Amino acid sequence: MTAKLSLRMVRKRFDDHEVCKGIDLDVAEGEMVCLIGASGSGKSTLLRCMNLLEPIDDGEIWLDGKDISEPGLDPQPVRQQIGIVFQSYNLFPHMTAAENVMLAPRRVHGLSREDLRPKVTQLFTRFGLGDRMEHYPDQLSGGQQQRVAIIRALAMEPQIMLFDEITSALDPELVGEVLDVLRDLRKQGMTMVLATHEMGFARELANKVCFLDAGRILEQGPPEVLFSQPREPRTKAFLSRVL
Amino acid sequence: MKLIAGPALALLFSTTSVLAAGDGTCAKGKTLTEGNLTIATGNPAYYPWVMNDAPESGEGFEAAVAYAIAEKMGFGQDNVTWVRTSFDEAIQPGAKNFDFNMQQYSITPEREEMVDFSLPYYTSAMAVLTTQNVVDAGAEATLDGLKDLKWGAVATTTAIPMLKDVIQPSSEPLLYNDNADVNAAIMAGQIDAAIYDLPTALYLSAVVVENGALLGQFPAGQSESPDQFGVLMEDGNALKECVNAAITELTESGELAAIETQWLSEATGVPVIE
Amino acid sequence: MEETSLQKDSVEHSAATPTRREVYEAEVRRRSNRIALISVVSVTLAIFVLVPLAPGWEAVQRSFFNGRVFAETFPGLLEAFLMNVMIFAWSAPLIAITGLVIALCRDTRAPALFPLRLFGIAYTDIFRGLPVVLVIYIIGFGVPGLGLPRPWNSPYIWGTLALVLVYSAYVAEVIRSGIDSIHQSQRSAAASLGLSDQDTMRYVVLPQAIRNVVPANMNLFIALQKDVALLSFIGPVEIFRQAGVYKSLYANFTPYVGAALIFLALTIPATRYADYLMNKQNRART
Repeated sequence: MTAKLSLRMVRKRFDDHEVCKGIDLDVAEGEMVCLIGASGSGKSTLLRCMNLLEPIDDGEIWLDGKDISEPGLDPQPVRQQIGIVFQSYNLFPHMTAAENVMLAPRRVHGLSREDLRPKVTQLFTRFGLGDRMEHYPDQLSGGQQQRVAIIRALAMEPQIMLFDEITSALDPELVGEVLDVLRDLRKQGMTMVLATHEMGFARELANKVCFLDAGRILEQGPPEVLFSQPREPRTKAFLSRVL
Repeated sequence: MKLIAGPALALLFSTTSVLAAGDGTCAKGKTLTEGNLTIATGNPAYYPWVMNDAPESGEGFEAAVAYAIAEKMGFGQDNVTWVRTSFDEAIQPGAKNFDFNMQQYSITPEREEMVDFSLPYYTSAMAVLTTQNVVDAGAEATLDGLKDLKWGAVATTTAIPMLKDVIQPSSEPLLYNDNADVNAAIMAGQIDAAIYDLPTALYLSAVVVENGALLGQFPAGQSESPDQFGVLMEDGNALKECVNAAITELTESGELAAIETQWLSEATGVPVIE
Repeated sequence: MEETSLQKDSVEHSAATPTRREVYEAEVRRRSNRIALISVVSVTLAIFVLVPLAPGWEAVQRSFFNGRVFAETFPGLLEAFLMNVMIFAWSAPLIAITGLVIALCRDTRAPALFPLRLFGIAYTDIFRGLPVVLVIYIIGFGVPGLGLPRPWNSPYIWGTLALVLVYSAYVAEVIRSGIDSIHQSQRSAAASLGLSDQDTMRYVVLPQAIRNVVPANMNLFIALQKDVALLSFIGPVEIFRQAGVYKSLYANFTPYVGAALIFLALTIPATRYADYLMNKQNRART
């Protein structure tokens, strides 16, 4: 198995509602995969299943050739390897930006603030937030908060990054600065899976685009193919609405 | 003079007595309900002041005195009604539901500013209630010996000035709502001793407090301002002169002393604290 | 016609003179101020003129608002109030700690800790369901009655325990509501970073939860300050008991009024402050 992350027949239901109805997906090392589809098509849930925030009901998830979806397995080491960024940032409001970023490395890896300071400063500087480290989340704009959230996930040095519609809650003029961060990560060769509505962005950078519809991957392929010659009528309908 | 004065006084006396006992003219129009005397006692009323918490029986010192006063004022046994009040109800401003109130109220000048008291009907010694364990541990009935005990008392009694001024204990006394709570504290060992009027202390040590003992008494005569019990009335109550006349009569005829002997006779024989 | 010309006038001068709306609002403000003033004055008059006209007023005044008794007893009441402050001072931290522990017990999810959770539930149910004074009586007289030697049978110890038991149950519930108020997404964010459940609770959930419930807890501690007086039932002579002693000595209720004033001097500013915090928090949320 060559894929970094593989999903096999993944099923997830909430009460009576099956959100993922048997999903197969392969993400190769260094690849960027975009999940597109209408709200409620299961994109977010699928991402949350990938780093075990939601336990799956059936199927398998393989990371580096190891089945991480085995029921009863400790999810914490997996989550350290697969970072996730949420639509609503979910920063810890009672901590400064820097503290938000350092908490997990301190507690999980046992590093001190002093150990972390140079690396964290470098991350903040790299994403244009060098002067915002000591600000609290409510003193930052949405775009800045989302960048801090990305830095927070990156500070754990994950092998894969998941992004759950991270620009959807932003004012249009702030979307660009966050997408720039993703471009930067792409350039660095980070393995990424995005749920997104930014079709232009997906077209520009994704290796693979998957169209989700009612809990299934209806169609997937390279962006130039999927966006210009969709096979399925539902894909066509969706794309004609959003493009 | 004497010859004249004697019979004159006797005459005067018998007149009041006739007035009071005969038709109750003194009390006429001064009671809550005409022809009826309403007397208040505690809830519950304690031995030996009222036996079995039943003042209607006339048994117990205060119950007996109450009926004697009533009789002198011209109220027969059937014309006496009993009600119950707390201390606070007795002193609160506004209309009262009793003509007079008897529950070992000590007469003090401060209290007299707010309510009216009759002449005293009993002069009480104060006594120290404790347990046999404390006595065995070497507690002595001397003022010096008492200082180091842990003291308690009922907060609404004149035992508190007594404690503060006479005994002056070395640690702050603990104060309680009523006899029952003081006894609970004694039995829990939280306090060594408590101050009560002598008859109450006798009763508690004999009946209520497990292993109870009386360490000694402060005789009434020894104190500069002995603890005297009076009948409590609303300030300015017109009935006061009638009650006083009745009590004077009972005192001078020796009836009061007889009642005291009948109900409080055990109070003698308790060692005196020097 | 006149009105329109007036309006035009004010529109023309709008840079310097008030707008129509401002004129209207100023008039409304003036009118409500007038009404408020009149109503305050008439209520005050009613209280200070009519109440003393009541037939029993003189007696009430002598019993409850007696200047001489007040002057003679107030210093003693203040001194006794130190006892309340002391009992409060050592109870409050114990209550805060116990309340937090109980709240955490109720929040445990591990099956092995289920007995702890059950204990937390039983604890809060029982002690919130009992009148404080009852717990004080039962524990204050009951436990020492088992035959503990002095000083371990002190009413201060067991009375304090009673206060801690009852109030920590309330504090636990308040903290738990604070924990519940932290959005699930905060736990998700912490979990996604690989933080353990304990670390998530300690570093992410609790700090926010406790901050959210500071005003509610302040109200509880104001109530505690008042309930400290209940310890007097088992012996300690604090301000309420001292007032009772004075009441008995003077056959007068004025000492209670004095005690009430002392309580108010402390609790009114504290209550105002709690309300201020609460409003600030509500504004921050919206």
